[in-house]
Amino acid sequence: MSRIQPQVSGLSREFFDGCNKGVLRLQHCKSCKAIQFYPRVFCKVCSGRNLDWVNASGKGNVASFTVVRKALTEGYKEPYIVALIDLKEGPRMMSNIVNCEPELVTVGVDVRVVFLAWSDTLSLPVFELSNEK
Amino acid sequence: MISLRGKVALVGAADSQVGIVPDLDANELCADAILLSLADAGIDKDQVDGLITCNSMSKPLLYHAEAMAEYLQIFPRYCFAAGAGGGTTFSILHHAASAIVTGMADIIVIAMADCLRSGLSREQSLLVQSSTGHPQFEQPYGPTVPAYYALIAQAHMAKFGTLPEHFAEIAVACRAHAVQNKTAQMRDPITVEDVLNSRMIADPLHLLDCSLVSDGGAAIVMTSAERAVDFPHPPIYLLGVGEGHSHEHISQARSLTTSAARESSKQAYVMAGLGPKDMQFAQLYDCFTPTVLLELEDLGFCEKGEGGPFISSVGIGPDGALPVNTHGGLLSHCHPGNPGSMFALTESIWQLRHSAGKRQVSNANVGLLHAQGGVMSSHTTLILGRDAG
Repeated sequence: MSRIQPQVSGLSREFFDGCNKGVLRLQHCKSCKAIQFYPRVFCKVCSGRNLDWVNASGKGNVASFTVVRKALTEGYKEPYIVALIDLKEGPRMMSNIVNCEPELVTVGVDVRVVFLAWSDTLSLPVFELSNEK
Repeated sequence: MISLRGKVALVGAADSQVGIVPDLDANELCADAILLSLADAGIDKDQVDGLITCNSMSKPLLYHAEAMAEYLQIFPRYCFAAGAGGGTTFSILHHAASAIVTGMADIIVIAMADCLRSGLSREQSLLVQSSTGHPQFEQPYGPTVPAYYALIAQAHMAKFGTLPEHFAEIAVACRAHAVQNKTAQMRDPITVEDVLNSRMIADPLHLLDCSLVSDGGAAIVMTSAERAVDFPHPPIYLLGVGEGHSHEHISQARSLTTSAARESSKQAYVMAGLGPKDMQFAQLYDCFTPTVLLELEDLGFCEKGEGGPFISSVGIGPDGALPVNTHGGLLSHCHPGNPGSMFALTESIWQLRHSAGKRQVSNANVGLLHAQGGVMSSHTTLILGRDAG
């Protein structure tokens, strides 16, 4: 059984194209300079409609996390870490923290993005502790 | 704005059989609950001119309320199905009250049922509930429903020093209430140690921090305060109601530790002209123990960050100063999904009628009910009372 695959559609194509190229792309408002995630047809800060994309640093810290001990489906191998990541650029996103023991994760710890193949055609951003490796 | 205070009343209430009910499907349980609620109200089904339902996950119908009306052979002039997750029940009550006050209907039945236990496989039940996550930006990472709420719990612990023991005390209190309730699914007393020693599901949530997976349904009958006095039971009046909607997906929440229960309760208190100290009991949405802790804070029963110490010092069990979830809640009574808060509603009606038997809260004249749906997303607060005020 495979993991849940996101449907690549509409404005999110730019985001997922970036993931496949190893770049975390975020929407940027040309009017008020706000940076937002997930992609929307307008700026959620100033309601402007003039948006483009910027490459994010891929750095952030853990706003919260949990260790899932009972997996969602057979496509996921317990235990795994689901976390909310506050990106350096401001937006918050859900992701997994990978390549570390669950016991090392705490609220506030620094992380950096890596990209993981989710299917034959799509990679997704996940995070690892930035003080490791 | 027109105040709904004292304008409508609940005149009928009934639960179907709850827990593990393999013999009836969700829509049959819904019909059963409706017929029982009409019997409680002492009216014939032909007197119902409004019907509001919530779709089930185990036996979904495209136009649920219309199909239920057809099943029952009632022909309402006001009929719709709503969906806001666990918050649906009380949000619907808000809509129904408005419909009665504006003359859209005179006698409204609100009913819902589901069979998460017998109508779905364990994996189906997990998947359908976790689909509350964002399909592109959350679900792929494999969050289970406990995981969404664990994110809130972990944030509260990090910010305020809340302990797993505080969450466990909530489960213990709900179970203590359920011990007094013959219809509750889980009636063996538990201790804080039992909760902490139960299997870890999603840190910091243990198995006993999680609500049950159940079958069941319930229905209530609402009418205007003027008509309500002609029904057999003492009317239970709606004194205050308010809603707050802050997000759908937890990654987009304005705050992980403060919810829109603040907004919903503020409206309800203002409408009722009452405050937290006036409540003799509270029924608080307890899909997972941390929601009760956050709700106690956001509803004003204690200061932000003080939920843990409040539970320990004031007490929310049968002997506590603020009994919470007097029927046992989603943690110990039953949790069939979206209908979950219906049982908090029927229980509150019985508490305020003073017909709750062994679990009757003494001098129960006013109670607060709160439900949330999504992941601390959509909030509705109700204040019900014995007097129209």
